[in-house]
Amino acid sequence: MQAQLNRILEEAKGQLEKAQDHAQLEEIRVKLLGKKGELTQILRGMGQLSPEERKETGALANKVRGEIEQLLGEKVDAVKKAAKAAQFKLEKIDVTEPGKPVNLGVKHPLTITMEEISKVFMNMGFSIVEGPEVETVFNNFDALNAGPNHPARDMTDTFYITDDVLLRTQTSPVQVRTLMKQKPPIKVISPGRCFRCDTPDATHSPMFHQIEGLVVDEGITMADLKGTLDSFAKQLFGPETKTKFRPHHFPFTEPSAEVDVSCFKCGGKGCRVCKGSGWIEILGCGMVHPNVLKVGGLDTEKYTGFAFGMGVERVAMLKYGVDDIRLFYENDMRFINQFK
Amino acid sequence: MLVPIEWINDYIDLKDISTQEFCDRMIMSGSNLETCETLCEGIENVVVGKIEKIEPHPDADKLVICRINVGDAEAAGKDEAGLLQIVTGAPNVFEGAIVPVALHNSHIPGPFHGQPKHEGGEKIKKGKLRGVESFGMLCSAGELGFEDKVVPVAHKEGIWILDPEVHEGIEGRLGQDFAEALDLVQSVVDFEITPNRPDCLAQIGMAREAAATFDRSFEYPDIALAEEGEGSSSDHVSVEIRNTENCRRYVARIVTDVVVKQSPWWLQKRLMYAGMRPINNIVDFTNFVMLEYGQPLHAFDIREVHGGKIIVDNAAAGEKFTTLDENERTMEADMLMIKDAERSIAVAGVMGGLNSEIEEDTNTIIIESANFNGDSVRTTAKKLGLRTEASARFEKGIDPNLTEAAADRVCKLIEMTGAGRVLKGSVDVYPNPASAKTIDVRVSRINYVLGIELSREEMVKMLEGLEIKVAGEGDIMTVTPPTVRQDLLEEEDYIEEIARMYGYDQLPVTLPKGNTEAGQPYDRTLRDVAREALCGMGLNEIQTYSFVSPSGVDRIGIGEDSWERAFVRIINPLGEDTSVMRTVLTPNMMDVLARNYSRNLEEVKAFEIGNTFMENPISPEKLPDEDYALCIGMYGGDVDFFSLKGIIEELLKNLGIRNISFVAESEYGVYHPGRCARVLVEASDAMKAAGEEFEELGIMGEIHPDVAANYGMDGERVYCCELMFGAIARKADTEVVYTPLPKYPSTSRDIALLVDEEMEVGSIEKVIKQHGKAILESVRLFDVYRGKQVEEGKKSVAFTLVYRDKDKTLTDEEVAEVHEGVLEALREKLNAVLREM
Repeated sequence: MQAQLNRILEEAKGQLEKAQDHAQLEEIRVKLLGKKGELTQILRGMGQLSPEERKETGALANKVRGEIEQLLGEKVDAVKKAAKAAQFKLEKIDVTEPGKPVNLGVKHPLTITMEEISKVFMNMGFSIVEGPEVETVFNNFDALNAGPNHPARDMTDTFYITDDVLLRTQTSPVQVRTLMKQKPPIKVISPGRCFRCDTPDATHSPMFHQIEGLVVDEGITMADLKGTLDSFAKQLFGPETKTKFRPHHFPFTEPSAEVDVSCFKCGGKGCRVCKGSGWIEILGCGMVHPNVLKVGGLDTEKYTGFAFGMGVERVAMLKYGVDDIRLFYENDMRFINQFK
Repeated sequence: MLVPIEWINDYIDLKDISTQEFCDRMIMSGSNLETCETLCEGIENVVVGKIEKIEPHPDADKLVICRINVGDAEAAGKDEAGLLQIVTGAPNVFEGAIVPVALHNSHIPGPFHGQPKHEGGEKIKKGKLRGVESFGMLCSAGELGFEDKVVPVAHKEGIWILDPEVHEGIEGRLGQDFAEALDLVQSVVDFEITPNRPDCLAQIGMAREAAATFDRSFEYPDIALAEEGEGSSSDHVSVEIRNTENCRRYVARIVTDVVVKQSPWWLQKRLMYAGMRPINNIVDFTNFVMLEYGQPLHAFDIREVHGGKIIVDNAAAGEKFTTLDENERTMEADMLMIKDAERSIAVAGVMGGLNSEIEEDTNTIIIESANFNGDSVRTTAKKLGLRTEASARFEKGIDPNLTEAAADRVCKLIEMTGAGRVLKGSVDVYPNPASAKTIDVRVSRINYVLGIELSREEMVKMLEGLEIKVAGEGDIMTVTPPTVRQDLLEEEDYIEEIARMYGYDQLPVTLPKGNTEAGQPYDRTLRDVAREALCGMGLNEIQTYSFVSPSGVDRIGIGEDSWERAFVRIINPLGEDTSVMRTVLTPNMMDVLARNYSRNLEEVKAFEIGNTFMENPISPEKLPDEDYALCIGMYGGDVDFFSLKGIIEELLKNLGIRNISFVAESEYGVYHPGRCARVLVEASDAMKAAGEEFEELGIMGEIHPDVAANYGMDGERVYCCELMFGAIARKADTEVVYTPLPKYPSTSRDIALLVDEEMEVGSIEKVIKQHGKAILESVRLFDVYRGKQVEEGKKSVAFTLVYRDKDKTLTDEEVAEVHEGVLEALREKLNAVLREM
């Protein structure tokens, strides 16, 4: 009986060696280990043996069974693995074939630019305020300290709806509206559309966008204006950016300044973008004229403030290297798609 | 404002300062730089020459052959006599003329006469003109780099001929470098003068700024006169100002024995570099003083000032008057004129009259130095369409105290150059002398606003550098500006003076101390949400003009009396195309789609969120209503009505708007009558109470083929929608509240119904929902079938109904009961017959 067991083991080894697939292995398993399998038969016949023989044979039978089971298990794994490998080979794809297109739409480059600028100011605690595109002459000029003969009021410069109503030439009237309804501390920016009588060409557009800011509180100084805009420039154009404040004149601020930033293309060495100067003019600003603060009924001894404004198209053109402002309003999808 | 550096040095010594440093520091003290140029750079190998002989050209009528004496200059092509042969076509050459000669291998800035300018200038080489050798070229002032508008009248056409009376000793300098001989290479700075600083529209004004900037002393020009003429100015002329509001001061001086000739070269040069054309000495002197002081002047021939009387008065309405430019003009009653005893002789502050012009034989002149009201001059100049150097200066405002010095300065130039004899004194009518405004400013306030801590002494020094007188003590500085500084009126004006003299770059850098929290209006947030959602769905954002052509609504097929035509109109548009404010966005969207279509883009999906404008007669500010609209436009690819509808549904869902319905619309001309829907939302309770079941959010559909054709998109299926963002914002609800996930399983039933072709899926869904009771979770259309097995005029529509109870597992019986109810209702209400699946 022991010889029989050894033979079964040897045969099993041979059969397992040859087996190719899962079905053959199952057949072998049933034949050897199944209820009617050879090994089972032998174990059943053990009752006829003497206790010594039974013990000895039993041990051998269990060893043979264990060995077969282990071999079978190994073989099953090997076959499964081979089958998987075959499947993978069959399912291999050419990963260099193009992906299936999923198109995300694109925001307009002016929107992107306005969002970027707005985000910087909002991080500094500025709120966004909005106002109408069609404005009163009072809010656009009178309240902003522009004299009755200020040239910007001319029909050659400003679009009028009636004698008292116009298309705003700046987003500053929103500052006036804010001053009239809000008490300090005021810290706002107003992004939006503006209009001036410019015939469209590569650098002019009768409609354009501005973002203006206004800060009014006790103890606001020109140093605060410098700090705020310097921080803005560093956040928008990079931490290495430098700013230069040059004296200028605007009716609604005094003192007034124009601000240059170090060229973000060449870092200040001089290039085509900055026309060799290393600096790019980016915004106008100043300390709010007391006459403007008075529109909001503020005590100008107690409250001071600063205001600033910049052209969104100009920033976008500089940032993206766009050389013709009209591209923004043509809306050619090949243009817009570049801002993904 | 062109400032030749050489001119500035007449008043303040800046010779040790480089042009670059001059520009940089002037910028930082508040003089904004436009450009800084060095004129006549790049003139090489051009010498002073004399035309010794002129012969006709054998083969060309318009050319002549000149023999030129260039002295000792080394030049290719000299003949035995040492002369150069040069062929020229210039009309003004003559034997004995002294001219600039560009030798063989020379270089000039150019451009050549009548040709465009080249970067880097022009090279001159010897050559043959119609077979005759020419060893160089005779140059015009233009060819040497001067703009045509500044070339002196004397040689405006043709070669620059140097008059020995103007260029003393020039005959002795033959062969010398031309640019050196005339000292041509000069730096000129162009400053942008802001409207608050008209005092800087003068060389003296800029010199004053430079003196303060560089902390150097500054000297006014010498105007002490000899007055050697016979008698006094008042013997010859009297002045009467009848309109004292528009003429604050009138100074007249008389000069006799005037010799009209060319100005000396140094003065011509100043004018040319400052952008003005030398004409003759008298005109040049008045222009020179205008540039120097900023005070416009005029000279009349006294023979033409009848009665020796100057009267400043308004024009007679409709009066005809011929100005110096030989144009006859019609005057209006509010225009200020200079008149004599009988007639008008000049338009005050704008232009002189042809009738009193200086002539070659003029002997005695009246020099006018007057102060006219800026607004009056502006209005007159504008109405006449005649803006002159003089009017531009008066418009900006001039100090009345300049008139006397300016008149004296012209007389001084006349005396210096022997151009006439100046009579004693002037006639000066100045009824209300201007005085500077003295105010108190506080040291503490200046420091407070600027965030600095300057001492009083430091501030006083800065102000005095600007010729501002300071009195008072302690915190108070009692300041009096020079009268030319009409911009210094209030304390903040002085804050600016201190800031710019201290240097903006020296101010500290701090951040505001107060804390505020950022926020934005809710409807702006909603616009951001909509924009993100639409971009996420693959649409590109566009931006178009707020002003449009009124014909846009015609092109998109809007009906005659529709509200979309109630435009807010611009009085002074750039053109008809941009003359009205848009009421809807669709015309602009169609323009953009058409533009892309014409550029062969196969598929476009775009949207715009923008303002629209409507008349609002009851607005207290008389402003129109502004409301945002949202427009989507698409064509190409696989877009169809339902892809647009899907986008709108997802967008509105994203904005928290539920209970949307789409109702067929066949009457709106913009869209295909069978493929258009109004987008509705369930009305608010208030509106329901008023009997309105729905509120409209907008309209969508396939663009009418005729409209597409109007935009050159014949045969292309174009899809658009126009939604009212105001209505959307009122309905939007972006608050999200969590609903517990279902605990019990659902059961679904598929049904196919045979219905009339006209039956809308929406109606069927409505009935299903009504009768599905609380356990109907969803109903979804999954098939519409026409054709075999379905009779003509009918269609088969198939739905999946999902039932679920949130509190228990539904039994088949419970589902069956409700489901049967649904089927029965469909049968009864819609005559919808259940088909075998």
